[in-house]
Amino acid sequence: MAVTFLDRSRTIAPPDWSRWLIPPAALSVHLAIGQAYAWSVFKPPLEQALGLSGTLSALPFQLGIVMLGLSAAFGGTLVERNGPRWAMFVSMTCFSSGFLVSAIGAFTSQYWLVVLGYGLIGGIGLGIGYISPVSTLMKWFPDRPGMATGIAIMGFGGGALIASPWSSQMLESFGSSTTGIGTSFLVHGVVYAVFMSLGVFLVRVPAEGWRPKGWEPSAVKAKSMVTTANVSAANALKTPQFWCLWVVLCFNVTAGIGILEKASPMITDFFRGTSAPVGATAAAGFVALLSLTNMLGRFVWSSTSDFIGRKNIYRMYLGVGAVLYLVIALVGDASKLVFILAAMVILSFYGAGFATIPAYLKDMFGTYQVGAIHGRLLTAWSAAGVLGPLIVNAIADSQERTGKEGPDLYTTSFYIMIALLVVGFVANELVRPVNPKYHEPDSVTSAHEEAK
Amino acid sequence: MSTPEQVPARRRAWLLTLAWLWVGVPFLYGLYELILKVVKLFGG
Repeated sequence: MAVTFLDRSRTIAPPDWSRWLIPPAALSVHLAIGQAYAWSVFKPPLEQALGLSGTLSALPFQLGIVMLGLSAAFGGTLVERNGPRWAMFVSMTCFSSGFLVSAIGAFTSQYWLVVLGYGLIGGIGLGIGYISPVSTLMKWFPDRPGMATGIAIMGFGGGALIASPWSSQMLESFGSSTTGIGTSFLVHGVVYAVFMSLGVFLVRVPAEGWRPKGWEPSAVKAKSMVTTANVSAANALKTPQFWCLWVVLCFNVTAGIGILEKASPMITDFFRGTSAPVGATAAAGFVALLSLTNMLGRFVWSSTSDFIGRKNIYRMYLGVGAVLYLVIALVGDASKLVFILAAMVILSFYGAGFATIPAYLKDMFGTYQVGAIHGRLLTAWSAAGVLGPLIVNAIADSQERTGKEGPDLYTTSFYIMIALLVVGFVANELVRPVNPKYHEPDSVTSAHEEAK
Repeated sequence: MSTPEQVPARRRAWLLTLAWLWVGVPFLYGLYELILKVVKLFGG
């Protein structure tokens, strides 16, 4: 019964199914798994209750992000084969049961169970959940693929906005003892299972031949950088286009994460020696502002890419991003407003880079296995997650040791970010339509559609 | 419990509204909490 309900053939939409039911289905998954970015809420109580170091308390999150990358990369093909409902169900089960296993770990003071539950099991839920609605959304919105994936991936950014105050309030209510943390994990597991079930219940794939009213595929054929052919995930890895886009995503993320990861100490350090220093509360407001633009950029810029084209929008993310980093480096602590505005725009490009990449992949490789290709490309995110913080932290620490302070702690990092963005810009310029030798024959893609 | 396929078309609007409220209400809560923090940046 359960297997039948999850089967791809059971998810084909009836003719009058509204495509506007698919974005909330996707959001129910992305808003839930976006909780990962609010893990820091659990760190201080765990450290206090179980006597952990800061490094150890970060382990569930780090393992979760590694598992996100791995499960997206290796699970993409399964997601394509089994369909979005199966993927959302797997994501819901893993993410929620990860919390439940963590709850047992907290109740029994067995920290390894928290790492296993949240990091390993929950991390699989993150990766499968992240890619679960992407190709389905693009099939429902062939006329606006950037906007469709922008909505879902904005949800991933918005998940932490919900979880951060919600988890904090829960810890306040239940207490920060092992029992309080365990109860919080338990409630998270149950509530997220219910919340994500909307996606499992609602998601549908369009019937073969379905297209939006008034939309003609010939409009797509007219654009030189948008293909109507299809490339398999295995073949995509053999193309230079995939690796150019890997570099584009990796360096765009590195540049954004460099600010995001150290936003609070960075703004405090930057204006420490000025007449208007930034206190802890205002720094928290700055972090919140960056979260807001990170989230909004995912929807606004990704939707804009539907009109101006994917290559042009990445020219903006990378080119304007480099200029803004230069502005911050040159203006230094002379203007707080310039610093804040530039950082906001850079973070909007950071989020938008994630949200626009699925549509760019669809333009290059078609919809045939775009979910699996997207999963493999997310390894660029994992690499950037290590690279960005490493650059900024290592340089700030070494500058501090030489007695420097204020903007000088970060200026070298900013110039490195500019160089990375320029490399990304060049990689984007090298993106050309895929050589037809990599295209799947029509018979293969048709058989694939029928098998669904 | 009926599946969405069995729901008459005229009631799909309710399903659509419910689905968007399901994700919209928590999202607005998160946004509200975020704006409260942002206000503090400008000395509010």
